[in-house]
Order: sequence, then C-alpha cells, then structure tokens
Amino acid sequence: MIIAATLAIFAAMALALTRAVLGPSLYDRILAVNMFGTKTVLLIALLGFLMGRPEFLDIAIVYALINFISVIGVLRYSGSNAFKHDNKADETIEKSASRSDKWTP
Amino acid sequence: MDTLMSFFSGLCLLVGALICVSGAVGVNRFDDFYTRMHAASVTDTLGAAFILIGLMFISDQFIVIAKLMIILLLGLIVGPTTSHVLAKAALKNGLKPNIPEQSRDDISKK
Amino acid sequence: MIVAIAIIRTRDLFAVTMLLSIYGLLSASFFVTLDAVDVAFTEAAVGAGISGLLMLVAISITGRKEQRAKRKPFIALLVVSLTALLLFYGISDMPYFGVPDAPIHNHVAPRYIQDSMAEVGIPNVVTSVLATYRAFDTFGEVVVIFTAGIGVLALLSASNNHSQAKNIVSDQNAMDKRHLVIRVVTKILFPFILLFALYVQFHGDFGPGGGFQAGVVFAAAVILYAMLFGMGEATKVFSQSLVQFVAAIGVLLYASVGVATLLLGGDFFDYNYLANDPIAGQHIGILVIESGVGCTVAAVMMMIFFSFNDLQEQQNANNNKEPE
Repeated sequence: MIIAATLAIFAAMALALTRAVLGPSLYDRILAVNMFGTKTVLLIALLGFLMGRPEFLDIAIVYALINFISVIGVLRYSGSNAFKHDNKADETIEKSASRSDKWTP
Repeated sequence: MDTLMSFFSGLCLLVGALICVSGAVGVNRFDDFYTRMHAASVTDTLGAAFILIGLMFISDQFIVIAKLMIILLLGLIVGPTTSHVLAKAALKNGLKPNIPEQSRDDISKK
Repeated sequence: MIVAIAIIRTRDLFAVTMLLSIYGLLSASFFVTLDAVDVAFTEAAVGAGISGLLMLVAISITGRKEQRAKRKPFIALLVVSLTALLLFYGISDMPYFGVPDAPIHNHVAPRYIQDSMAEVGIPNVVTSVLATYRAFDTFGEVVVIFTAGIGVLALLSASNNHSQAKNIVSDQNAMDKRHLVIRVVTKILFPFILLFALYVQFHGDFGPGGGFQAGVVFAAAVILYAMLFGMGEATKVFSQSLVQFVAAIGVLLYASVGVATLLLGGDFFDYNYLANDPIAGQHIGILVIESGVGCTVAAVMMMIFFSFNDLQEQQNANNNKEPE
C-alpha cells in the first residue's frame, strides 16, 4: 500500500510540474512550486518508510520549513517593482523565448 | 491487532493519496488562479494529514510517531498560511479573479 | 532533463528561479532513493531553499527579463559538446553502479566502514568520514564558505550607508503591519526552528545532520524573521559586526582544534590526543569542529543575505524617492 501511495504522489508531482511549466501568470508558478514542495515532503516520508530508514523524517521536517520560507521569500520580494503583475504579459515559456523583447527596468 | 493497524493504515494512505492526486488534477484543469489555489491548498493539507496519520499507524518506535506528528503540525500551520499569503500578494499586485458574467451584476450593484 | 531545458529556454528570470528550486528538489529526491541521507539533507536545505531565495533577492535588484544574446555563441557550443562527448566516453569505461569489485569499493571505503565504529565510536559513518578521516578536506570547505562570505561583503558593502538604513527601516515596518497573520505564525515558529537547528547540529553523530545542515537551518530561520520584520529588527540581535565575528570564530575554532592536537603531540587533526581515552578524544574533536562548521555556515549565509537585503532596501528607497 505504501508503494501505491508513493506512485500516486509521483503522479501528483508530475501534474504540479506541468502547471509550473505552463502557468500563464507568475503566481501560478509559485503555487505549483509550493505544491511540489509539500508533495516532496510526503514523498520523502513515504520513501523513508519503504526503505526502512526512519531517519529520513528529519529531512522531511527540514524541507517543510525550507519550502515555507522560500514561498514567503518569493512573496516578500514580489512587492518590489520588478514583479508588478501585468495582465497583458501573461504568456507561456515558449512564447516568451521567441519574442524579441526590450529590457524593461 | 497488527492486521487491524495495517488495515487502517492502508485505508488512510489510500484516501490521502486519492485526495492529493485529485488536487493536482484540479490545479491543472481549473482556469483561474484563485480556484487553482483553492484546489491546491485544501487538498494538499488534507491529503498530507491523511497520509501522515496512515504512516503513524504502522510505525513501531515512539520517536518515529513523534516526528510524524511534528511534520503534521508543521504542515497544518504552514499550509493555510502560505495560501493566505499567496492570495493576498496576488490580489495586491493586480491579478484579478475571473468572475463569470451572471454573478458580475450582483457584485457591481453593491 | 525537462526542467533543465525549461530553465535554459525561459526568458523570465523569476520562472527560472522557481524551476531551479524544483531542480534542486528533484536532485534531493534522487539522493533519497539512492539511500544517501546526509547529502539529500544538505541538497534539500541549500539547493532548493536558500539558493532560490538568494537568487530572488538578486533578481529583485536587477530586474526580471533576461536580455537576448547579441550573437550566437557557436564556439562555446562546440567546446561544451566536445567536453560532453569526452565525458561520455570516459564514463562508458566505469564499472556498473554497485558492483562489488569496483576500485572504489575496495581500497579506502571498506576500511572506513569497518573500522569507523571501533576507532571513532559514533554510528553515523558519513560524519565520521567527514570529521575525522577527512577532517582536512572539511577544513578546506569551511574556509571556502568563509571566503565566499568575505567576497560578497567586499563587493556589496562598499555602497552601504548605515545612516540611510535607519530611515529605510521605518518605512518598511509601517508597510508590514498589514501582514499580521504571517507575522504571528513566524513568531510562533521561530523558536522551534532554532531548536531544531540545534537538534540537527548535535544529532549529527547518530543520524543525518551535522554542522552544515544545522547552519543552513539556523540561517533560514533568521532570514525568515528578517524578511518579515524588516532589517532593523533583525540587526538589533544579529548586527553586522556580530555576524562577521561569529563567522571568523567558526573557522578559528576549527583550526585551533588542529593546532591543539599538534601541540599535544599528534599529527594535525589527529583527535586521539585530545583526551586520555582515544574514543573520548574523537568525540570531543568532532563536537568542536562541527560547532565551528555550524557557526561559520550560519554566519556566512546571514552575511550574504543581509548584504543583498541592504542593497535592495537602498534601491527601493531610491525608487520611492524619485517621483518626488
């Protein structure tokens, strides 16, 4: 049963990853990364049990904290001018790579 | 007693995994940021709680149960806080929710 | 691989940071499946969390979009492809993963694994290798971390003006009163994170952990506090001079253990001479150097973050003053 749960968490992580790559706005990507992080915490706990080494739970605690601090950090710096959300500027990664852009300070 | 514990553990793990996967599917299929965030935060926290409780049933040492409880408490405190902060920052920076047409009239009248 | 390609193709530097932290997480998951617990610990803490955070602060100073390259770098591409081909050719000759008669498993590693318990007496073999058998290498790592911190200070402190910093701080605090929920949660969590950092530090003998990971967790807690309450509050406790002092003390502690063993009659970093009983000497030596490592890592992370943050607050103040 743990194996089934682990595979399900893998699937959830892959889905979150597609949202991180696609998500049109900045905040979709932050959300996807946060979700990826919490799924990783669960994955580490499950893998620790699967392999019979409960020391992995320390890593899970650290990663839960680090995930939290990272997302708060991201949102803290999103108050600065570089991150103002521009409703016209939502685009997927491929489009942003191919259009020729001027650097906006 | 052992089989009862592993039965409950299997049940909790299954429910938790289903909730997590459904949350991930929801994040992909909803079409607005705020609805996606609702899917992500609710299912994340709840699914994590179920999976961790399921793991608690089959662990044999007390220290492992204690660490799992610490992870659970941390997740319960941190999960909703993160979604609150995300939503607040998104709203403050100008991301507008996608309100469908029929309910838009009520809101603008108030 | 998908994440790496996405990182290269994205223009938006912020998305790149997100993808980089996902990449760090995936590496940590790999290490977990390979049963390498300490490495996964450090990778999760540093690669996925702190590096992303520091890059974010850098981006908030420089700007969000990457400039399009002026000309296609063909020669660089050629050199990289040649190097990759040579590496593949070299790898194909290596023995398979986990084969018992590979050279790496036959010379030094069995001796460490078999004799570690008898000679050092702590269950965690990684810590015993890092702290005793290869203490000199770990000393080099600590000095490298310290040098990186000094480098950042040398580059970024030149434009710092401390009297201006106090005016900036008052604006920042007024803005933050809206963030009540997160401030309360941070205040609740902060002592537990510090306690956990101490736990990781001293539990490194028995489980994964040790000085590096503990320093990163400690610095992460202080960075969280500094981000939410402004630099003024954080520098009341951890002023710049205190942080620099602690970083230097860490390296000094480490080196002085080595010098002490020299003075007591052994080789450099030979802990057997630190006490009457060699096993107790090993324990004392490992304890002191891990404390030194933890101090230095925490202090350097805080130094780097504070320098970036000062720069960013100055820039914010300049931007806010321009329309007036």
